[in-house]
Amino acid sequence: MIVSRAERAMNYAVLTVAALAALAPIAIIVITSLQPGSGQSGLQLSNYTQAWVEGEFSHYLRTSMLVSGTVLAIALPCSVLAGYALGTIRFRGSSLLFGVFLLGIMVPAEAIVVPLFYDLRTLGLTNTLWAVALPQAAQSIAFGTYWMRTYFRTAPRSLIEAATLDGASERRVLWSILVPIGRPAIVTMTVLVFLWTWNEFLIPLVMSPNGSFRTAPLALALFQGQHVQATSLLAAAAVLVALPVVIVYLVLQRHVIAGMLEGSVRE
Amino acid sequence: MTSPTTPARRAPSQPRGQRRRHPWYRPWLYLAPALVVYGGFLLFPLVRSAQFSLFAWDGLGASEFVGLAHYADLVADPDLRAAFGHALVLIGFFALVPLVLGLITAAVLRRGRVRGLSLFRTVVFVPQVIAMVVVAVAWRQIYAPDGPLNAVLDAVGLDALTRAWLGDYTWTLPAVGVVGTWVQTGLVTVLLLAGMSRVPNELYEAARLDGANAVREFFAITLPSVRGEVAVALTLTIVAALKTFDLVYVTTSGGPGNSTTVPAYEVFQRAFRTGEVGSAAAIAVTLTALVFAINLVVNRIGGREGHR
Repeated sequence: MIVSRAERAMNYAVLTVAALAALAPIAIIVITSLQPGSGQSGLQLSNYTQAWVEGEFSHYLRTSMLVSGTVLAIALPCSVLAGYALGTIRFRGSSLLFGVFLLGIMVPAEAIVVPLFYDLRTLGLTNTLWAVALPQAAQSIAFGTYWMRTYFRTAPRSLIEAATLDGASERRVLWSILVPIGRPAIVTMTVLVFLWTWNEFLIPLVMSPNGSFRTAPLALALFQGQHVQATSLLAAAAVLVALPVVIVYLVLQRHVIAGMLEGSVRE
Repeated sequence: MTSPTTPARRAPSQPRGQRRRHPWYRPWLYLAPALVVYGGFLLFPLVRSAQFSLFAWDGLGASEFVGLAHYADLVADPDLRAAFGHALVLIGFFALVPLVLGLITAAVLRRGRVRGLSLFRTVVFVPQVIAMVVVAVAWRQIYAPDGPLNAVLDAVGLDALTRAWLGDYTWTLPAVGVVGTWVQTGLVTVLLLAGMSRVPNELYEAARLDGANAVREFFAITLPSVRGEVAVALTLTIVAALKTFDLVYVTTSGGPGNSTTVPAYEVFQRAFRTGEVGSAAAIAVTLTALVFAINLVVNRIGGREGHR
Protein backbone atom coordinates (compact mmCIF):
# COMPACT_ATOMS: atom_id res chain seq x y z
CA MET A 1 0.00 0.00 0.00
CA ILE A 2 1.11 3.56 -0.65
CA VAL A 3 1.61 5.56 2.48
CA SER A 4 2.58 9.20 2.75
CA ARG A 5 5.92 10.17 4.21
CA ALA A 6 4.29 11.87 7.21
CA GLU A 7 2.30 8.76 7.96
CA ARG A 8 5.37 6.59 7.67
CA ALA A 9 7.11 8.81 10.20
CA MET A 10 4.15 8.48 12.52
CA ASN A 11 4.22 4.68 12.15
CA TYR A 12 7.81 4.54 13.28
CA ALA A 13 7.06 6.95 16.11
CA VAL A 14 4.29 4.67 17.39
CA LEU A 15 6.51 1.63 16.98
CA THR A 16 9.33 3.23 18.93
CA VAL A 17 7.18 4.64 21.73
CA ALA A 18 5.43 1.29 22.30
CA ALA A 19 8.71 -0.63 22.30
CA LEU A 20 10.33 1.86 24.68
CA ALA A 21 7.36 1.71 27.03
CA ALA A 22 7.73 -2.06 27.21
CA LEU A 23 11.50 -1.91 27.70
CA ALA A 24 11.90 1.08 30.03
CA PRO A 25 11.05 -0.64 33.35
CA ILE A 26 13.31 -3.55 32.41
CA ALA A 27 16.14 -1.19 31.49
CA ILE A 28 15.73 0.68 34.77
CA ILE A 29 16.11 -2.53 36.77
CA VAL A 30 19.11 -3.75 34.79
CA ILE A 31 20.86 -0.38 35.18
CA THR A 32 20.01 -0.24 38.88
CA SER A 33 21.42 -3.72 39.37
CA LEU A 34 24.77 -2.59 37.97
CA GLN A 35 25.04 0.47 40.21
CA PRO A 36 27.80 0.28 42.79
CA GLY A 37 27.26 1.00 46.47
CA SER A 38 27.50 4.51 47.89
CA GLY A 39 30.81 6.33 47.47
CA GLN A 40 31.78 4.45 44.31
CA SER A 41 31.15 5.17 40.67
CA GLY A 42 30.88 3.23 37.43
CA LEU A 43 29.08 -0.02 36.79
CA GLN A 44 29.87 -3.31 38.41
CA LEU A 45 28.64 -6.87 38.78
CA SER A 46 29.28 -7.22 42.49
CA ASN A 47 25.57 -6.88 43.30
CA TYR A 48 24.98 -10.12 41.46
CA THR A 49 27.56 -12.07 43.39
CA GLN A 50 26.32 -10.57 46.64
CA ALA A 51 22.65 -11.33 45.85
CA TRP A 52 23.61 -14.82 44.67
CA VAL A 53 25.33 -15.57 47.98
CA GLU A 54 23.12 -13.71 50.46
CA GLY A 55 19.84 -14.74 48.88
CA GLU A 56 21.05 -18.34 48.40
CA PHE A 57 19.75 -18.10 44.86
CA SER A 58 21.82 -21.04 43.65
CA HIS A 59 19.75 -23.13 46.03
CA TYR A 60 16.38 -21.64 45.06
CA LEU A 61 17.09 -21.68 41.33
CA ARG A 62 17.88 -25.36 41.69
CA THR A 63 14.58 -25.90 43.52
CA SER A 64 12.80 -24.11 40.67
CA MET A 65 14.55 -26.38 38.16
CA LEU A 66 13.55 -29.43 40.17
CA VAL A 67 9.90 -28.36 40.41
CA SER A 68 9.70 -27.39 36.72
CA GLY A 69 11.41 -30.64 35.72
CA THR A 70 9.03 -32.71 37.80
CA VAL A 71 5.96 -30.93 36.45
CA LEU A 72 7.20 -31.46 32.88
CA ALA A 73 8.08 -35.11 33.51
CA ILE A 74 4.52 -35.76 34.69
CA ALA A 75 2.52 -33.44 32.46
CA LEU A 76 4.16 -34.12 29.08
CA PRO A 77 3.62 -37.90 28.82
CA CYS A 78 0.15 -37.65 30.40
CA SER A 79 -0.86 -34.94 27.91
CA VAL A 80 0.53 -36.80 24.89
CA LEU A 81 -1.34 -40.00 25.83
CA ALA A 82 -4.60 -38.25 26.71
CA GLY A 83 -4.40 -35.98 23.65
CA TYR A 84 -3.82 -39.04 21.47
CA ALA A 85 -6.92 -40.79 22.84
CA LEU A 86 -9.13 -37.70 22.50
CA GLY A 87 -7.72 -36.78 19.09
CA THR A 88 -7.71 -40.10 17.27
CA ILE A 89 -10.14 -42.52 18.94
CA ARG A 90 -13.89 -42.17 18.68
CA PHE A 91 -15.58 -43.36 21.82
CA ARG A 92 -18.61 -42.59 23.91
CA GLY A 93 -18.10 -39.67 26.29
CA SER A 94 -15.04 -38.31 24.49
CA SER A 95 -16.47 -34.86 23.86
CA LEU A 96 -17.76 -34.60 27.43
CA LEU A 97 -14.33 -35.58 28.69
CA PHE A 98 -12.72 -33.00 26.44
CA GLY A 99 -15.01 -30.37 27.97
CA VAL A 100 -13.87 -31.44 31.42
CA PHE A 101 -10.22 -30.86 30.44
CA LEU A 102 -11.09 -27.47 28.89
CA LEU A 103 -12.72 -26.50 32.18
CA GLY A 104 -9.39 -27.02 33.90
CA ILE A 105 -7.66 -24.42 31.71
CA MET A 106 -9.99 -21.81 33.14
CA VAL A 107 -9.83 -22.81 36.82
CA PRO A 108 -7.64 -20.31 38.71
CA ALA A 109 -5.11 -21.60 41.25
CA GLU A 110 -7.05 -19.76 43.97
CA ALA A 111 -9.95 -22.14 43.43
CA ILE A 112 -8.02 -25.27 44.38
CA VAL A 113 -5.26 -24.16 46.69
CA VAL A 114 -7.30 -23.93 49.92
CA PRO A 115 -8.51 -27.55 50.11
CA LEU A 116 -5.25 -28.79 48.57
CA PHE A 117 -3.31 -27.34 51.47
CA TYR A 118 -5.59 -28.63 54.22
CA ASP A 119 -6.13 -32.07 52.66
CA LEU A 120 -2.44 -32.63 51.93
CA ARG A 121 -1.56 -31.40 55.41
CA THR A 122 -3.86 -34.09 56.81
CA LEU A 123 -1.97 -36.64 54.70
CA GLY A 124 1.38 -35.20 55.87
CA LEU A 125 2.33 -34.25 52.30
CA THR A 126 2.76 -30.49 52.59
CA ASN A 127 6.38 -29.34 52.32
CA THR A 128 7.12 -32.09 49.81
CA LEU A 129 8.01 -31.85 46.13
CA TRP A 130 4.70 -33.56 45.32
CA ALA A 131 2.60 -30.94 47.07
CA VAL A 132 4.24 -28.21 44.98
CA ALA A 133 4.52 -30.08 41.67
CA LEU A 134 1.38 -32.22 41.33
CA PRO A 135 -1.22 -29.41 41.40
CA GLN A 136 0.78 -27.57 38.74
CA ALA A 137 1.11 -30.79 36.74
CA ALA A 138 -2.68 -31.10 36.88
CA GLN A 139 -3.11 -27.55 35.55
CA SER A 140 -0.57 -28.25 32.82
CA ILE A 141 -2.31 -31.49 31.85
CA ALA A 142 -5.55 -29.56 31.28
CA PHE A 143 -3.77 -27.31 28.80
CA GLY A 144 -1.48 -30.03 27.41
CA THR A 145 -4.32 -32.43 26.66
CA TYR A 146 -6.20 -29.69 24.82
CA TRP A 147 -3.01 -28.76 22.95
CA MET A 148 -2.02 -32.31 21.97
CA ARG A 149 -5.57 -33.25 20.99
CA THR A 150 -5.49 -30.38 18.49
CA TYR A 151 -2.25 -31.76 17.07
CA PHE A 152 -3.38 -35.38 16.87
CA ARG A 153 -6.61 -34.38 15.13
CA THR A 154 -4.60 -32.78 12.34
CA ALA A 155 -1.97 -35.53 12.13
CA PRO A 156 -2.01 -37.20 8.70
CA ARG A 157 -4.40 -40.13 8.93
CA SER A 158 -3.02 -41.84 5.84
CA LEU A 159 0.36 -42.12 7.57
CA ILE A 160 -1.19 -43.89 10.54
CA GLU A 161 -3.08 -46.25 8.27
CA ALA A 162 -0.05 -47.02 6.15
CA ALA A 163 2.06 -47.82 9.21
CA THR A 164 -0.70 -49.95 10.69
CA LEU A 165 -1.01 -51.90 7.44
CA ASP A 166 2.72 -52.46 7.55
CA GLY A 167 2.18 -54.19 10.83
CA ALA A 168 3.34 -51.48 13.20
CA SER A 169 1.76 -51.74 16.61
CA GLU A 170 -0.31 -48.83 17.86
CA ARG A 171 2.38 -47.99 20.40
CA ARG A 172 4.99 -47.83 17.67
CA VAL A 173 2.79 -45.63 15.50
CA LEU A 174 2.37 -43.22 18.39
CA TRP A 175 5.95 -43.01 19.67
CA SER A 176 7.95 -43.55 16.46
CA ILE A 177 5.79 -41.67 13.99
CA LEU A 178 3.28 -39.29 15.53
CA VAL A 179 5.40 -37.94 18.37
CA PRO A 180 8.48 -37.19 16.21
CA ILE A 181 6.35 -35.44 13.57
CA GLY A 182 4.59 -33.50 16.30
CA ARG A 183 7.81 -32.08 17.70
CA PRO A 184 6.86 -28.42 17.11
CA ALA A 185 3.61 -28.87 19.05
CA ILE A 186 5.44 -30.68 21.84
CA VAL A 187 8.22 -28.08 22.03
CA THR A 188 5.62 -25.30 22.33
CA MET A 189 3.81 -27.15 25.10
CA THR A 190 7.10 -27.79 26.91
CA VAL A 191 8.15 -24.14 26.78
CA LEU A 192 4.79 -22.87 27.98
CA VAL A 193 4.56 -25.34 30.86
CA PHE A 194 8.11 -24.45 31.85
CA LEU A 195 7.35 -20.71 31.82
CA TRP A 196 4.14 -21.08 33.81
CA THR A 197 5.71 -23.36 36.40
CA TRP A 198 8.81 -21.21 36.79
CA ASN A 199 6.70 -18.08 37.30
CA GLU A 200 4.01 -19.60 39.54
CA PHE A 201 3.75 -17.96 42.94
CA LEU A 202 0.62 -18.92 44.89
CA ILE A 203 0.94 -22.71 44.78
CA PRO A 204 4.55 -22.98 46.01
CA LEU A 205 3.84 -20.23 48.56
CA VAL A 206 0.96 -22.16 50.08
CA MET A 207 2.04 -25.77 49.61
CA SER A 208 5.46 -25.42 51.22
CA PRO A 209 4.88 -23.19 54.24
CA ASN A 210 8.23 -24.02 55.88
CA GLY A 211 10.09 -23.08 52.70
CA SER A 212 11.73 -26.44 52.04
CA PHE A 213 10.53 -26.24 48.41
CA ARG A 214 10.79 -22.49 47.98
CA THR A 215 11.08 -21.60 44.30
CA ALA A 216 13.07 -18.64 42.97
CA PRO A 217 10.16 -16.14 42.69
CA LEU A 218 9.23 -16.83 46.33
CA ALA A 219 12.84 -16.40 47.37
CA LEU A 220 12.82 -13.05 45.59
CA ALA A 221 9.70 -11.90 47.44
CA LEU A 222 11.35 -12.94 50.72
CA PHE A 223 14.61 -11.26 49.74
CA GLN A 224 12.73 -8.03 49.10
CA GLY A 225 11.28 -8.14 52.60
CA GLN A 226 14.78 -8.43 54.05
CA HIS A 227 16.51 -5.85 51.84
CA VAL A 228 13.94 -3.10 51.33
CA GLN A 229 16.61 -0.40 51.25
CA ALA A 230 19.27 -2.21 49.20
CA THR A 231 17.89 -1.16 45.82
CA SER A 232 20.78 -2.38 43.65
CA LEU A 233 21.02 -5.71 45.41
CA LEU A 234 17.30 -6.30 45.03
CA ALA A 235 17.40 -5.37 41.35
CA ALA A 236 20.22 -7.85 40.79
CA ALA A 237 18.21 -10.58 42.50
CA ALA A 238 15.18 -9.77 40.32
CA VAL A 239 17.30 -10.08 37.17
CA LEU A 240 18.68 -13.43 38.38
CA VAL A 241 15.18 -14.84 38.82
CA ALA A 242 13.94 -13.53 35.47
CA LEU A 243 17.00 -14.50 33.45
CA PRO A 244 16.36 -18.23 32.81
CA VAL A 245 12.87 -17.54 31.52
CA VAL A 246 13.98 -14.60 29.39
CA ILE A 247 16.72 -16.72 27.81
CA VAL A 248 14.27 -19.52 27.01
CA TYR A 249 11.89 -16.93 25.61
CA LEU A 250 14.51 -15.29 23.38
CA VAL A 251 15.64 -18.65 21.99
CA LEU A 252 12.16 -20.06 21.43
CA GLN A 253 10.12 -16.88 21.10
CA ARG A 254 8.21 -18.08 18.05
CA HIS A 255 6.91 -21.01 20.07
CA VAL A 256 6.09 -18.85 23.07
CA ILE A 257 4.15 -16.18 21.20
CA ALA A 258 2.34 -18.60 18.90
CA GLY A 259 1.54 -20.92 21.79
CA MET A 260 0.20 -18.19 24.04
CA LEU A 261 -1.95 -16.74 21.27
CA GLU A 262 -3.25 -20.04 19.86
CA GLY A 263 -3.57 -21.66 23.25
CA SER A 264 -5.91 -18.92 24.30
CA VAL A 265 -8.12 -19.32 21.26
CA ARG A 266 -10.43 -22.09 22.33
CA GLU A 267 -12.64 -23.91 19.93
CA MET B 1 -5.82 -46.63 -0.96
CA THR B 2 -7.41 -48.35 -3.90
CA SER B 3 -4.56 -50.72 -4.56
CA PRO B 4 -5.68 -54.27 -5.24
CA THR B 5 -3.23 -55.69 -2.70
CA THR B 6 -5.56 -55.48 0.26
CA PRO B 7 -4.01 -57.47 3.07
CA ALA B 8 -5.59 -60.79 3.68
CA ARG B 9 -6.27 -60.17 7.34
CA ARG B 10 -8.87 -57.59 6.52
CA ALA B 11 -12.06 -59.59 6.35
CA PRO B 12 -14.11 -58.94 3.20
CA SER B 13 -17.22 -58.16 5.22
CA GLN B 14 -15.47 -55.40 7.11
CA PRO B 15 -16.22 -51.93 5.75
CA ARG B 16 -13.32 -50.02 4.27
CA GLY B 17 -11.43 -47.73 6.63
CA GLN B 18 -12.31 -49.63 9.75
CA ARG B 19 -9.19 -50.77 11.56
CA ARG B 20 -8.55 -53.59 13.97
CA ARG B 21 -11.21 -54.13 16.59
CA HIS B 22 -10.14 -52.78 19.91
CA PRO B 23 -11.56 -53.41 23.35
CA TRP B 24 -13.85 -50.67 24.70
CA TYR B 25 -11.40 -49.71 27.42
CA ARG B 26 -8.59 -48.85 24.99
CA PRO B 27 -9.04 -45.03 25.11
CA TRP B 28 -9.30 -45.15 28.88
CA LEU B 29 -5.88 -46.78 29.15
CA TYR B 30 -4.39 -43.78 27.38
CA LEU B 31 -6.41 -41.36 29.47
CA ALA B 32 -5.81 -43.00 32.84
CA PRO B 33 -2.54 -41.25 33.88
CA ALA B 34 -3.84 -37.82 32.93
CA LEU B 35 -7.17 -38.43 34.62
CA VAL B 36 -5.55 -39.58 37.86
CA VAL B 37 -3.39 -36.45 38.22
CA TYR B 38 -5.96 -34.04 36.81
CA GLY B 39 -8.81 -35.54 38.79
CA GLY B 40 -6.87 -35.84 42.03
CA PHE B 41 -5.17 -32.45 42.03
CA LEU B 42 -7.59 -30.21 40.16
CA LEU B 43 -11.13 -31.55 39.89
CA PHE B 44 -11.28 -33.03 43.37
CA PRO B 45 -9.94 -29.90 45.14
CA LEU B 46 -12.35 -27.80 43.08
CA VAL B 47 -15.29 -29.81 44.42
CA ARG B 48 -13.77 -29.68 47.91
CA SER B 49 -13.60 -25.88 47.65
CA ALA B 50 -17.34 -25.79 47.04
CA GLN B 51 -17.83 -28.08 50.04
CA PHE B 52 -15.49 -26.01 52.28
CA SER B 53 -17.43 -22.87 51.39
CA LEU B 54 -20.53 -24.19 53.18
CA PHE B 55 -18.76 -24.58 56.53
CA ALA B 56 -17.31 -22.22 59.10
CA TRP B 57 -13.85 -23.54 59.97
CA ASP B 58 -10.71 -21.99 61.44
CA GLY B 59 -8.39 -24.59 59.90
CA LEU B 60 -7.80 -26.53 63.11
CA GLY B 61 -10.87 -27.15 65.27
CA ALA B 62 -14.33 -28.48 64.52
CA SER B 63 -16.25 -27.12 61.56
CA GLU B 64 -19.84 -25.97 61.55
CA PHE B 65 -22.28 -26.10 58.66
CA VAL B 66 -23.42 -22.58 57.78
CA GLY B 67 -25.07 -23.10 54.41
CA LEU B 68 -24.74 -20.17 52.05
CA ALA B 69 -23.88 -17.66 54.79
CA HIS B 70 -20.37 -17.09 53.37
CA TYR B 71 -21.88 -16.25 50.00
CA ALA B 72 -24.29 -13.80 51.63
CA ASP B 73 -21.19 -12.19 53.17
CA LEU B 74 -19.88 -11.40 49.69
CA VAL B 75 -22.62 -8.81 49.48
CA ALA B 76 -22.90 -7.87 53.15
CA ASP B 77 -19.25 -7.70 54.24
CA PRO B 78 -17.87 -4.23 53.38
CA ASP B 79 -14.28 -5.59 53.21
CA LEU B 80 -15.26 -8.13 50.55
CA ARG B 81 -17.37 -5.64 48.66
CA ALA B 82 -14.33 -3.36 48.61
CA ALA B 83 -12.09 -6.20 47.35
CA PHE B 84 -14.42 -6.94 44.44
CA GLY B 85 -14.72 -3.21 43.77
CA HIS B 86 -10.92 -2.99 43.53
CA ALA B 87 -10.94 -5.93 41.11
CA LEU B 88 -13.35 -3.96 38.94
CA VAL B 89 -10.96 -1.00 38.89
CA LEU B 90 -8.11 -3.35 37.99
CA ILE B 91 -10.16 -4.72 35.08
CA GLY B 92 -10.18 -1.19 33.68
CA PHE B 93 -6.39 -1.04 33.89
CA PHE B 94 -5.69 -4.64 32.85
CA ALA B 95 -8.25 -4.97 30.07
CA LEU B 96 -9.79 -1.74 28.80
CA VAL B 97 -6.73 0.52 28.69
CA PRO B 98 -4.55 -2.16 26.99
CA LEU B 99 -7.36 -2.80 24.50
CA VAL B 100 -7.55 0.87 23.49
CA LEU B 101 -3.75 1.23 23.36
CA GLY B 102 -3.41 -2.05 21.49
CA LEU B 103 -6.09 -1.16 18.93
CA ILE B 104 -4.46 2.19 18.20
CA THR B 105 -0.95 0.75 17.93
CA ALA B 106 -1.94 -2.24 15.82
CA ALA B 107 -4.17 -0.20 13.51
CA VAL B 108 -1.44 2.39 12.90
CA LEU B 109 1.14 -0.31 12.22
CA ARG B 110 -1.27 -2.16 9.93
CA ARG B 111 -1.84 0.87 7.72
CA GLY B 112 1.75 1.29 6.70
CA ARG B 113 4.19 -1.47 5.98
CA VAL B 114 6.67 -1.00 8.77
CA ARG B 115 10.03 -2.72 9.02
CA GLY B 116 11.10 -4.47 12.19
CA LEU B 117 7.65 -5.72 13.08
CA SER B 118 8.87 -9.09 14.28
CA LEU B 119 11.49 -7.50 16.52
CA PHE B 120 8.73 -5.22 17.80
CA ARG B 121 6.57 -8.24 18.60
CA THR B 122 9.40 -9.89 20.50
CA VAL B 123 10.03 -6.74 22.55
CA VAL B 124 6.48 -5.84 23.53
CA PHE B 125 5.72 -9.45 24.49
CA VAL B 126 8.54 -9.61 27.06
CA PRO B 127 6.43 -8.35 30.03
CA GLN B 128 4.20 -11.41 29.53
CA VAL B 129 6.95 -13.94 30.18
CA ILE B 130 8.63 -12.37 33.19
CA ALA B 131 7.44 -13.62 36.58
CA MET B 132 4.93 -11.24 38.16
CA VAL B 133 7.10 -11.14 41.29
CA VAL B 134 10.00 -9.76 39.28
CA VAL B 135 7.65 -7.25 37.64
CA ALA B 136 6.33 -6.23 41.05
CA VAL B 137 9.82 -5.80 42.52
CA ALA B 138 10.81 -3.67 39.51
CA TRP B 139 7.78 -1.42 39.76
CA ARG B 140 8.14 -1.03 43.52
CA GLN B 141 11.50 0.54 42.83
CA ILE B 142 10.09 2.76 40.11
CA TYR B 143 7.35 3.95 42.49
CA ALA B 144 9.69 4.39 45.49
CA PRO B 145 9.62 7.89 47.08
CA ASP B 146 13.18 8.52 45.82
CA GLY B 147 12.70 6.34 42.75
CA PRO B 148 12.89 7.12 39.02
CA LEU B 149 9.23 8.14 38.58
CA ASN B 150 9.43 10.92 41.17
CA ALA B 151 12.85 11.90 39.83
CA VAL B 152 11.40 12.36 36.33
CA LEU B 153 8.44 14.36 37.66
CA ASP B 154 10.87 16.56 39.58
CA ALA B 155 13.06 17.08 36.56
CA VAL B 156 10.20 18.24 34.32
CA GLY B 157 8.88 20.63 36.94
CA LEU B 158 5.91 18.55 38.02
CA ASP B 159 7.24 18.14 41.54
CA ALA B 160 3.75 18.91 42.86
CA LEU B 161 2.75 15.46 41.61
CA THR B 162 5.50 13.50 43.37
CA ARG B 163 4.28 11.27 46.16
CA ALA B 164 4.78 7.90 47.80
CA TRP B 165 2.93 6.10 45.05
CA LEU B 166 2.43 2.88 46.99
CA GLY B 167 1.59 4.53 50.30
CA ASP B 168 -1.26 6.76 49.27
CA TYR B 169 -4.94 5.93 49.77
CA THR B 170 -6.04 7.45 46.45
CA TRP B 171 -3.12 6.62 44.16
CA THR B 172 -1.96 3.16 45.17
CA LEU B 173 -4.71 1.21 43.41
CA PRO B 174 -4.23 3.07 40.10
CA ALA B 175 -0.46 2.66 40.51
CA VAL B 176 -0.92 -1.12 40.81
CA GLY B 177 -3.29 -0.98 37.87
CA VAL B 178 -0.70 0.73 35.67
CA VAL B 179 1.61 -2.24 36.25
CA GLY B 180 -1.17 -4.43 34.85
CA THR B 181 -1.49 -2.12 31.86
CA TRP B 182 2.24 -2.47 31.25
CA VAL B 183 2.06 -6.28 31.41
CA GLN B 184 -1.03 -6.74 29.24
CA THR B 185 -0.66 -4.12 26.49
CA GLY B 186 2.00 -6.09 24.61
CA LEU B 187 -0.09 -9.26 24.57
CA VAL B 188 -3.15 -7.42 23.34
CA THR B 189 -1.16 -5.58 20.65
CA VAL B 190 0.45 -8.77 19.32
CA LEU B 191 -2.91 -10.53 19.29
CA LEU B 192 -4.57 -7.66 17.37
CA LEU B 193 -1.64 -7.34 14.95
CA ALA B 194 -2.04 -11.02 14.08
CA GLY B 195 -5.76 -10.52 13.50
CA MET B 196 -5.32 -7.39 11.42
CA SER B 197 -2.65 -8.95 9.22
CA ARG B 198 -5.29 -11.38 7.97
CA VAL B 199 -7.45 -8.59 6.55
CA PRO B 200 -6.84 -8.56 2.80
CA ASN B 201 -5.12 -5.43 1.47
CA GLU B 202 -7.71 -5.09 -1.32
CA LEU B 203 -10.31 -4.20 1.29
CA TYR B 204 -8.28 -1.20 2.40
CA GLU B 205 -7.45 -0.20 -1.16
CA ALA B 206 -11.11 -0.28 -2.12
CA ALA B 207 -11.98 1.83 0.91
CA ARG B 208 -9.33 4.38 0.00
CA LEU B 209 -10.58 4.60 -3.56
CA ASP B 210 -13.96 5.40 -2.06
CA GLY B 211 -12.29 8.22 -0.18
CA ALA B 212 -12.46 6.75 3.31
CA ASN B 213 -10.14 8.39 5.82
CA ALA B 214 -8.12 6.54 8.46
CA VAL B 215 -10.80 6.79 11.13
CA ARG B 216 -13.60 5.51 8.90
CA GLU B 217 -11.35 2.78 7.62
CA PHE B 218 -10.71 1.69 11.21
CA PHE B 219 -14.38 1.49 12.17
CA ALA B 220 -15.61 0.08 8.85
CA ILE B 221 -12.94 -2.54 8.17
CA THR B 222 -10.32 -3.03 10.86
CA LEU B 223 -12.44 -3.20 14.00
CA PRO B 224 -15.14 -5.56 12.66
CA SER B 225 -12.54 -7.96 11.29
CA VAL B 226 -10.76 -8.38 14.62
CA ARG B 227 -13.88 -8.95 16.71
CA GLY B 228 -12.67 -12.44 17.58
CA GLU B 229 -9.25 -11.21 18.67
CA VAL B 230 -10.85 -8.47 20.77
CA ALA B 231 -12.94 -11.13 22.50
CA VAL B 232 -9.89 -13.29 23.21
CA ALA B 233 -7.89 -10.29 24.42
CA LEU B 234 -10.67 -9.19 26.76
CA THR B 235 -11.11 -12.70 28.14
CA LEU B 236 -7.41 -13.13 28.87
CA THR B 237 -6.93 -9.71 30.42
CA ILE B 238 -10.12 -9.62 32.50
CA VAL B 239 -9.32 -13.05 33.90
CA ALA B 240 -5.75 -11.90 34.64
CA ALA B 241 -7.15 -8.87 36.50
CA LEU B 242 -9.47 -11.07 38.57
CA LYS B 243 -6.65 -13.49 39.42
CA THR B 244 -4.21 -10.77 40.49
CA PHE B 245 -2.47 -12.02 43.60
CA ASP B 246 1.34 -11.92 43.44
CA LEU B 247 1.36 -8.31 42.23
CA VAL B 248 -0.66 -7.12 45.23
CA TYR B 249 1.16 -9.44 47.64
CA VAL B 250 4.56 -8.06 46.67
CA THR B 251 3.79 -4.38 46.04
CA THR B 252 1.28 -3.41 48.73
CA SER B 253 0.04 -6.42 50.75
CA GLY B 254 -3.40 -4.93 50.26
CA GLY B 255 -2.45 -1.62 51.84
CA PRO B 256 -2.37 1.11 52.78
CA GLY B 257 -5.27 0.16 55.01
CA ASN B 258 -7.57 -1.95 52.85
CA SER B 259 -7.22 0.21 49.78
CA THR B 260 -5.73 -2.39 47.43
CA THR B 261 -7.11 -5.73 48.65
CA VAL B 262 -8.43 -7.93 45.84
CA PRO B 263 -10.49 -11.15 45.97
CA ALA B 264 -7.52 -13.45 45.32
CA TYR B 265 -5.59 -11.74 48.11
CA GLU B 266 -8.57 -12.13 50.46
CA VAL B 267 -8.64 -15.88 49.64
CA PHE B 268 -5.02 -16.23 50.75
CA GLN B 269 -5.41 -13.95 53.76
CA ARG B 270 -8.55 -15.64 55.09
CA ALA B 271 -7.50 -19.23 54.38
CA PHE B 272 -3.97 -19.05 55.76
CA ARG B 273 -3.70 -15.98 57.99
CA THR B 274 -6.93 -15.19 59.79
CA GLY B 275 -8.49 -18.67 60.02
CA GLU B 276 -11.62 -18.05 57.96
CA VAL B 277 -11.23 -21.05 55.67
CA GLY B 278 -14.88 -21.36 54.68
CA SER B 279 -15.12 -17.72 53.71
CA ALA B 280 -11.90 -18.03 51.68
CA ALA B 281 -13.36 -21.00 49.80
CA ALA B 282 -16.57 -19.09 49.08
CA ILE B 283 -14.55 -16.21 47.58
CA ALA B 284 -12.51 -18.70 45.53
CA VAL B 285 -15.63 -20.42 44.19
CA THR B 286 -17.19 -17.06 43.30
CA LEU B 287 -14.01 -16.01 41.54
CA THR B 288 -14.02 -19.23 39.51
CA ALA B 289 -17.69 -18.77 38.60
CA LEU B 290 -16.89 -15.24 37.43
CA VAL B 291 -14.01 -16.50 35.28
CA PHE B 292 -16.28 -19.10 33.66
CA ALA B 293 -19.01 -16.53 33.09
CA ILE B 294 -16.60 -14.06 31.48
CA ASN B 295 -15.25 -16.74 29.16
CA LEU B 296 -18.77 -17.64 28.15
CA VAL B 297 -20.17 -14.12 27.74
CA VAL B 298 -17.21 -12.48 26.00
CA ASN B 299 -16.79 -15.37 23.58
CA ARG B 300 -20.51 -15.38 22.83
CA ILE B 301 -20.45 -11.65 22.09
CA GLY B 302 -17.18 -11.84 20.18
CA GLY B 303 -18.51 -14.57 17.99
CA ARG B 304 -16.37 -17.18 16.31
CA GLU B 305 -16.12 -15.86 12.80
CA GLY B 306 -12.91 -14.03 13.70
CA HIS B 307 -11.05 -17.33 14.02
CA ARG B 308 -10.43 -19.96 11.47
